[in-house]
Amino acid sequence: MNLTQFLIITAQAGMLVNMMLIAAAYMVLAERKVSAWIQNRLGPNRVGWWGMLQSFADVFKLYLKEDIVPAAADYKFHALAPVISIAVAITVYAVIPWSGPLIEIDGVQYGLAMAPDMNVALLTILAMTSVGVYGVALAGWSSNSKYSLMGGLRSAAQMISYELSMGLSIIGVVLICGSLNLVEIIQYQTANGWNVFYQPLAFVIFFVTALAETNRAPFDLPEAEPELVGGYHTEYSGMKFGLLYLAEYGNMLASSAIMATLFLGGWDPVPFIDEAALLGLDPYSLPMVLIQHGVFVGKAATLVFVFIWIRWSLPRFRYDQLMNLGWKILLPLSLANITITGIVLLLLN
Amino acid sequence: MQIDYIGSLPLIVIWLALGAIGIVIQAFVRDNTRLVFGYYVATLGLTGLAAIVLSGHKGASFGGMITLGGYANYFDALFCGAGIMALLAARPYLQKEESEVDEFYTMLVSSVAGMMLMAHASNLVVLFVGIELMSISFYVMAGFFRTSTKSVEAALKYFLLGCFATGFLVYGMSLIYGGTGSLAYGDIARTVVTQQLTYPTLFVVGTTLLVIGLSFKIAAFPFHQWAPDVYEGAPTAVTAFMSTAGKAAAFSAFVAVFVALLPAGWTSEIAQNQQIVIAVIAAATMLLGNITAVVQSNVKRMLAYSSVAHAGYMLMGILAGPSLGTDGMNGHHAIVFYATSYLFMQMGAFVVVGILERRDGGFLNIDDYAGLHHRHPVLAALMAVFMFSLAGIPPFAGFFGKYMLFAAAIERGFTWLAIVGVVSSVISAWFYLGLIVKMYFQDAKDSGHEAPAGLAGFTLAVSVVGVVFFGLFPQLLINIFRSW
Amino acid sequence: MELQPLLFLVFALGAVISAVSTVTRKNPVSSAMSLVAHFFMLAGLYLTLEAQFVAAVQVLVYAGAIMVLVVFVIMLLNLGNEQALTENRGLRSTLATLIGAVFAVQIILVTVAEPTGANALPSRAVEIGTTESIGQSLFTQYLFPFEAISLLLLAALIGSVVLAKRHMK
Repeated sequence: MNLTQFLIITAQAGMLVNMMLIAAAYMVLAERKVSAWIQNRLGPNRVGWWGMLQSFADVFKLYLKEDIVPAAADYKFHALAPVISIAVAITVYAVIPWSGPLIEIDGVQYGLAMAPDMNVALLTILAMTSVGVYGVALAGWSSNSKYSLMGGLRSAAQMISYELSMGLSIIGVVLICGSLNLVEIIQYQTANGWNVFYQPLAFVIFFVTALAETNRAPFDLPEAEPELVGGYHTEYSGMKFGLLYLAEYGNMLASSAIMATLFLGGWDPVPFIDEAALLGLDPYSLPMVLIQHGVFVGKAATLVFVFIWIRWSLPRFRYDQLMNLGWKILLPLSLANITITGIVLLLLN
Repeated sequence: MQIDYIGSLPLIVIWLALGAIGIVIQAFVRDNTRLVFGYYVATLGLTGLAAIVLSGHKGASFGGMITLGGYANYFDALFCGAGIMALLAARPYLQKEESEVDEFYTMLVSSVAGMMLMAHASNLVVLFVGIELMSISFYVMAGFFRTSTKSVEAALKYFLLGCFATGFLVYGMSLIYGGTGSLAYGDIARTVVTQQLTYPTLFVVGTTLLVIGLSFKIAAFPFHQWAPDVYEGAPTAVTAFMSTAGKAAAFSAFVAVFVALLPAGWTSEIAQNQQIVIAVIAAATMLLGNITAVVQSNVKRMLAYSSVAHAGYMLMGILAGPSLGTDGMNGHHAIVFYATSYLFMQMGAFVVVGILERRDGGFLNIDDYAGLHHRHPVLAALMAVFMFSLAGIPPFAGFFGKYMLFAAAIERGFTWLAIVGVVSSVISAWFYLGLIVKMYFQDAKDSGHEAPAGLAGFTLAVSVVGVVFFGLFPQLLINIFRSW
Repeated sequence: MELQPLLFLVFALGAVISAVSTVTRKNPVSSAMSLVAHFFMLAGLYLTLEAQFVAAVQVLVYAGAIMVLVVFVIMLLNLGNEQALTENRGLRSTLATLIGAVFAVQIILVTVAEPTGANALPSRAVEIGTTESIGQSLFTQYLFPFEAISLLLLAALIGSVVLAKRHMK
C-alpha cells in the first residue's frame, strides 16, 4: 500500500461514514412514517417538507442534551461502548459493494465501495458482526443498572446464539459461488441467477438471524420496554445515546445490504442480461455505476422496509422461545441446508 | 497424497466407533450404561486386535502425518489393553460411588484415541492434537466426582497447569518450525543432522520449551507439582488409568520426538547440552520423587510421588537414545519395556487401592493397610507383588525394566546417573517394602469392611500375570522390539 | 512510499502495549477488553503480512467468539471486588519474578546475539494467505490433523456438558 492509495481510501472512508449517518437519519424517519402509517397516524410532518428534516432536528436536540453518567458507572466503558457499537457498524460498510468499479489508478480499481474485492470480505462481515456484541454488552455492564445489565446479557446471549446460524446459512451461498469475495459472488449471480432462488432456506434463515443480530422486533428483547425500560441504553443520554441508536440503524442497513449482495444479486438489476451492452454504456462509466448503485440501494431499502414492517406487525418473542428458535430450529436447519447443498453440488459436478 | 487405509485401520476404527456410532447409541438409547460399557470394551478390543494384526504393516499414511506399524502399533495395543483394564476396574468403582454415567466411558475411550495419535504422530501438529485429546479427557475424568471438593480441585489444578504446559508445548513447536522450517519429525532430524539449522537459537529455545511441556505431561521435576494433588483428588479408577497409560503415552511421544530432536550420531554442542539438561532433570526427578514419597501417609499420594520417580527412571532411556547398545537394545527399547511393565504394576496397585477405598473416601491412609493380610489375603498378596515389582526386586518385570534403563545409561557414559538411579531405588524400597511390612506384620486396627472386586478382578489378574510373566520372560518383548 | 512496514510497527507496538495492559489491569473487564484489543492488533499484524484469512479468523474466533464468552461470564459473575483479585507480593512471587527476569534477559541476549533478520515478504505470500490456498492445504496435506481435531472438539464438548450438567442422572 502506498501513500496515494492510503489517501484515496481515507477519502472513501470519510464518504462512507457520512453516507451511513445520513442513511441512518432517513431510516429513523422511515421507521416513524411507516409505523404511523401502520397505526393509522400521520407521523412527523412539521420539520421540513413531509418531516424530511425531523431526524436532523432530533440529532441537534441530542447534542444539546446533558450527558448524564450514573454515579457508580464505570465511566470509561460507559463512554467506550457507543464508540465500539458505531465503529463496528461503520466497518462493515467498508466491504459492502455499493457499486462496480469506476476508476483505475496505478492498477487498482476504485468505486463507491472501499474494499469489496477483498478475498475474505464475507469473513470480515461475520467478524465485525460478532465483535458488535461488545458494544451492547459493555453498555449494559458499565451502566451499573439492573435493567441495563439484563439487557446487555440478553443481547450478548442472543447475538452469540444467532451468529452461528447466520454464519452457517452463508456457507450454502459460498459453496455455490465458490468465493468469499463479494464482487465475485455478485458476478456469479449476474451470470447464473440470484442466489435466493437456489438458497431460499438460507435466505429465510439469514433474514431471521439478521433481525435477531440487529436486536429488531420480534427479537428486541434486549430493549424490551415493558420489562427493561430501555435495555442496555437505559442509562444513556445525549449523543452517546444517539450513537447507540445510530449504530442500530446502521446495522440494519448493513444487514439489508449484505442480504441484497448475497441473495438478491447485489447491484445487478436483472440476472442473465448484460445491462451495459443493452443500454450501450461502458460498464465502468459513471451512468452505469449510478444505475448499479441505485439498484443496490433500492434492494437494500426494500429489505429495510420489510424490517420496519415486521417490527410494527409482530409481537415480541419470549426469551425461551427465542433460544429455542435459535438453537433447536435455525441451527439444525442451516446445517441441513449445508449438507443438502453440498450433496447436490457434488452430484451436479 | 496417498492414504494407507488398511494400515490406518486401528485409528479409523476407534475414530468411527467414538465419533459416529458411540454418540448415536448414547443419544438415542435410554438406560444405556451397560450397553455403552460393553460397546466401548468391544471397541477397544477390536482396535487393539487391529493394531496387533497390522503391526507388521509398516509405512506412513496421510501424507506422512502418521507412521504405521511396529512401534506405534505396539503402543496402540498397549493403550487399548490398558483402556480395557481401566474400563473393567472403573465400572465397579463408579457403581460403588453411585456415580456411574455413560459419558465416563466415552471420555476414557477418547483419551485412548488421543494416546494412539501421540504414538502414531510423525508430525508435531498431530502430536499436539493427540496430547490435547488425551489431556482434555483427563481433565474431565479427574473432576468426575463433581460433589467432591478434592476431585474438583484436582480437575481445576490439572486443567490450569495443563493449559500452561500446552502453551509451552505449542510455543516450542512454533520455534522449532522457525529453526528448522518443518514440523515433520523426519525433516527436522534431517535438518539437524546435516547441520542446516537456519536459526540454531530458535531451535534450542524451541526444544527447551518442548521438553518443558512434555516434562509436565510425564510429571518430571520441576514440573511434577500437580501430580500428587491430581492423583490424590481424582477418582481412584481415573488415577489408575492416567498415571499409567497417560505416562506411557507421554513417553511414546517423548521418544518419537527425540528421535527427531536428538538423532542418533548427532554430536554437536547442542546435542550434548540437551543431554545434560535431560540428565539433570532425570536425576532430580528420581531423587525428589522417592524422597518425598517416603514421608507420605496417604497411599494415593505415595503412589503419585513414586510415579514421579518412575518418570525419572524412564528419562534415562531418552538420554541413552536410539543408537543400539551391545545387547542389541537401545535406550528407547528400554523405555518401552519399562513403560509396559510400569503400566501393569502401577495400575494393579491403584486398582487394589480403589477396591479397598470406602464409599466415604476413607481407607486411603497407609496405616489403614495394617494387617490387611488377615482380612483380604488375596488383595494383600497382589499388592505385595506390585510393590515388589515397583521397588525393582527380581523376578518381577519392574526389575528387568530398571536393569535395562541403568545398563543403557551406563553404556552411553552416564554412570553417575545410573548410580543416582540405584540410590533412589534403594530409598524407594523403604516405602514400598514398608507397605508390605504393614500389611503382613502389623495388627489391624479395626475389623475392616467388605471389598468386593467385581469386574476389577479381571484387571488385577491381568496386571499380576503381566508383572510376573514379563519378569520371567522379558525376551518375548525384546524380540518384538528388535523387529521394529 | 510503502506503508506496510510502518503499519507493522504500529500494530506490533499496539500488540505489546495491549498485552501488558491485559496482565496489569486489576479490573477483569478492563483486562478482557485489553485482550480483545490485543487480538485486533494481531489481526492487523497478520494483514500486513498478507495473511488475510488468518486475520479475519483471528477476529472472528478470538475477539468475536471466545472473548465475548469471557466477557459474558465476567459480567454474570459480576467480579466487582477488585481487592480480592490483587496479588500478595510475598517472597515467593518476588523470587519467581527474579528468576523469570533472568530467563527473559537470557532469551533477549541470545536472540540479539543471533538476529533472524527481516526478510522481504516472498512474492507468493499473497497467494498463500488466501482462503483458497489455506483450504487446499487443510484438506490435502493437513487432512489428518484436521479430522483428528473433530474428535478433540467432540471430546471437549462432551466433557464440558458432563461437568456442567445439573443432574448426573
